[in-house]
Amino acid sequence: MSSDPIVICEKVSRRFGGLVANDSIDMTVRRGEILGLIGPNGAGKSTLFNLIAGSFPPSSGKIMFDGQDITGLPAAKLCALGIARTYQVPRSFDSMSVIENVTVGAFVRYPRMLQAREKAMAVLDYVGLASKADAAGSELTPPQKRRLEVARALATEPKLLLLDEVLTGLTPAEARAGVELIRKIRETGVTIVMVEHVMEVVMPLVDRAVVLHLGKVLAEGAPTAVVRDEKVIAAYLGDRHRAA
Amino acid sequence: MSDIAVTAPITSFVASRRRQLVIALIVFAAIALIPRAVSDVYTMNVLILTLLFAALSQSWNILGGYCGQVSLGHALYFGIGAYATSILFVKFGIVAWGGMLFGGILSALVALALGYPCFRLKGHYFSIATIVIAEIGLLLVHNWDYGGAALGIQWPFNPDSWWTLQFARNKVPYFYFVLGLFAVTWLVTYAIVESRWGYWWRAVKDDPDAAESLGVTVFNSKMGAAAISAFFTAIGGGFYAAFVSYIDPESVMHFRFSLLMALPAVLGGVGSLWGPAVGALILIPMAELTRSYLGGTGSGLDLVIYGLLVMVVSLTQPEGIMGIFKRSAKKADAKAEA
Amino acid sequence: MTTQAFLQVLASGILIGLIYALIAVGLSLIFGLMDVVNFAHGEFLMLAMYAMFGLVLVTAIDPVLLMPIVVGIMFVVGVSAYAGVIRFAMRAKANPGMVQIFATFGLALVIQGLAQYFFTPDYRNIGNSWLGGKTLNLGGVFLPWPQIYGGVISLLAFGGLYLLITRTDFGKALEATREDQGAVALVGIDRNRVFALGWGLGAALVGLSGAVLAVFYYIYPQVGGPFALIAYVTVALGGFGSIFGALVAGLIVGVVEALTALILPPALKSVGVYSLYLAVLFVRPSGLFGRL
Repeated sequence: MSSDPIVICEKVSRRFGGLVANDSIDMTVRRGEILGLIGPNGAGKSTLFNLIAGSFPPSSGKIMFDGQDITGLPAAKLCALGIARTYQVPRSFDSMSVIENVTVGAFVRYPRMLQAREKAMAVLDYVGLASKADAAGSELTPPQKRRLEVARALATEPKLLLLDEVLTGLTPAEARAGVELIRKIRETGVTIVMVEHVMEVVMPLVDRAVVLHLGKVLAEGAPTAVVRDEKVIAAYLGDRHRAA
Repeated sequence: MSDIAVTAPITSFVASRRRQLVIALIVFAAIALIPRAVSDVYTMNVLILTLLFAALSQSWNILGGYCGQVSLGHALYFGIGAYATSILFVKFGIVAWGGMLFGGILSALVALALGYPCFRLKGHYFSIATIVIAEIGLLLVHNWDYGGAALGIQWPFNPDSWWTLQFARNKVPYFYFVLGLFAVTWLVTYAIVESRWGYWWRAVKDDPDAAESLGVTVFNSKMGAAAISAFFTAIGGGFYAAFVSYIDPESVMHFRFSLLMALPAVLGGVGSLWGPAVGALILIPMAELTRSYLGGTGSGLDLVIYGLLVMVVSLTQPEGIMGIFKRSAKKADAKAEA
Repeated sequence: MTTQAFLQVLASGILIGLIYALIAVGLSLIFGLMDVVNFAHGEFLMLAMYAMFGLVLVTAIDPVLLMPIVVGIMFVVGVSAYAGVIRFAMRAKANPGMVQIFATFGLALVIQGLAQYFFTPDYRNIGNSWLGGKTLNLGGVFLPWPQIYGGVISLLAFGGLYLLITRTDFGKALEATREDQGAVALVGIDRNRVFALGWGLGAALVGLSGAVLAVFYYIYPQVGGPFALIAYVTVALGGFGSIFGALVAGLIVGVVEALTALILPPALKSVGVYSLYLAVLFVRPSGLFGRL
């Protein structure tokens, strides 16, 4: 891992009507790292995530990716540049088979059918879904759908992979398999940003964590340091307090 | 990673694609033999209409079935084809072949121009906008003096010839023409659906946002589907004008045509290669038969039967009749594996 | 053009606009409740008109008095359509949007066919009624009484609908169901029942407009088509699901249609409305008052 940045967010803000979801956020993602984007409910994690993925443009501020200004570029363009994402609630193409789902992603790099399909098959094999290649997207179990989403994203051969709560709601065994897969992906040189709500899940996995609270960066650093940060504890306790 | 695991499915994929193509060619050849057995004019007319609507519905299927943009205004493109072909022939002496090509290109351009604003609309908003736009087209043609207004355009009678595509007595040449049109629309669909475009269309239909995040340019995909769909629909319209030798606004641009183009695909199975043909094969002969036996008196029973069929099939077979085949094939596969 | 002639056009536009709004509001209500567009809406209108025609023929009572009966019949028709067709369409595992469109289209064809079978394709009209043929002279502006009656009924219906939704338990259940279908099950509201009643209410509203329209309009099996198209335009213009939007859009449609008839030949009177609708939609894809 180097300190060479792959994503730089400069004073990024996003407002929805009167609500400020992201308030002048400065954040850097380093090439090759696994970054955890965490924070209590309503902290603005998903908004920041969607801004980087290009689901909507920021209200103000600038986002750089791989040395290029990507502020406001559409998602399809970002995918071509090397950003791929998954969705919190898996959104497979349900009328298509598993291999077809993944091939959609592969077409970005391989416009010809057979090469794209070959790439898709290789990715399915890699994430452990090869046996389900011909099943309909709708037939998969929820954890399998998560794997499908990851496979689809990997088929676009991303430099940056954005994972939206991929480990939430899994059984411990499934979560361990997920963690293993994510580590494996990182070893191929892909930078990973993970949004998670539950800190315990991601802390052993990430190299660095950025904690958001009320739309602002509350703390950032090594996971061990971040979990001991008093502001972070207060924010999470406050959240739990509110939830109770 | 084993190479066998990766390449084996590819070979079987290529083989199954080839099998599909061979089956299609056999089916086309078999259809081509029908005129040897059938000489009765009424039956020939029904067969021609069946093939025409199979072709039209296949064209509709590209935009409505694969790309998921349910257009209920394809009568506009049908009308553009019919009028372009008729006007070029009657007023400028350009034969139907040229007219159909011109109508097809014009239609595709209109589809692109309309798609630009319309493809921002979602779901029902899109469908209703297509109805209204086609209705505006109908109203304008109704009041278009150069195009014959409400009276329409009558084709002059010429000797039978493939060059002018006019055949007064023997309808068999029309049969071969429309079989050719159907085969072309089928082959074009076959070629595209297993390509990048086809996959992008299906992804756009299922989840446009997720598609966009995988590099699919959603808007361009819809525009491409609309242009191809409109092109072939207009060629069908041009053929229809030559076939009946007389058109007026109601007979080629009525909302009924928009429905008639969508229904075979919906009944047969949207987004499937044979769905539109299977749907047309059931709907068109049935409509003709019920009309001859029940509808001649204007009793309305033909509509009741037609409507019931549409309702029952769409409710019980949301994937159309092809869905039944797909499921039983899957069951057979599962059995074979076990 | 004189001021009087202009006022005449404006007044006629407003009156027919109120009726358009009444035709459209049931469609909008059902869409807002469950995201289903009823493509048999025009046939519901036609059915209501025939119901009125038949009742007048059989009982020889004036249409004004028979109105509640027609509304009642249409309520039953709406509930039955939900129970017999829509309920199943909503369960479709594949292509749900398309299934809804074509299942309701099928229903439309069946109703049209039945109307043709029982009433023949002939044009009918209700010859004599208290209001028929009488006009009100308002300082040189002539307004036919049947249209005035229709406009008043429409306003009353919108008022009643407003009260129903804001003041009654059923209205609250309706509102809650459209907000969150999952959550209402938790508080003990039967979703199916609300949907069925919603369809009943929607059909009753279009039944009301049919009962009014039957007094001064021709009745034939295809009469629903043009009105349904106007209703779709009205609902899309006002925003699907918005009741207030339907009222405003109905008035706009009525007035624009009347004004277009001044400029363009009568055959093109709808072009103005359609163009306005498209223009609005391209600026605001969810209509004037729609939420998306």
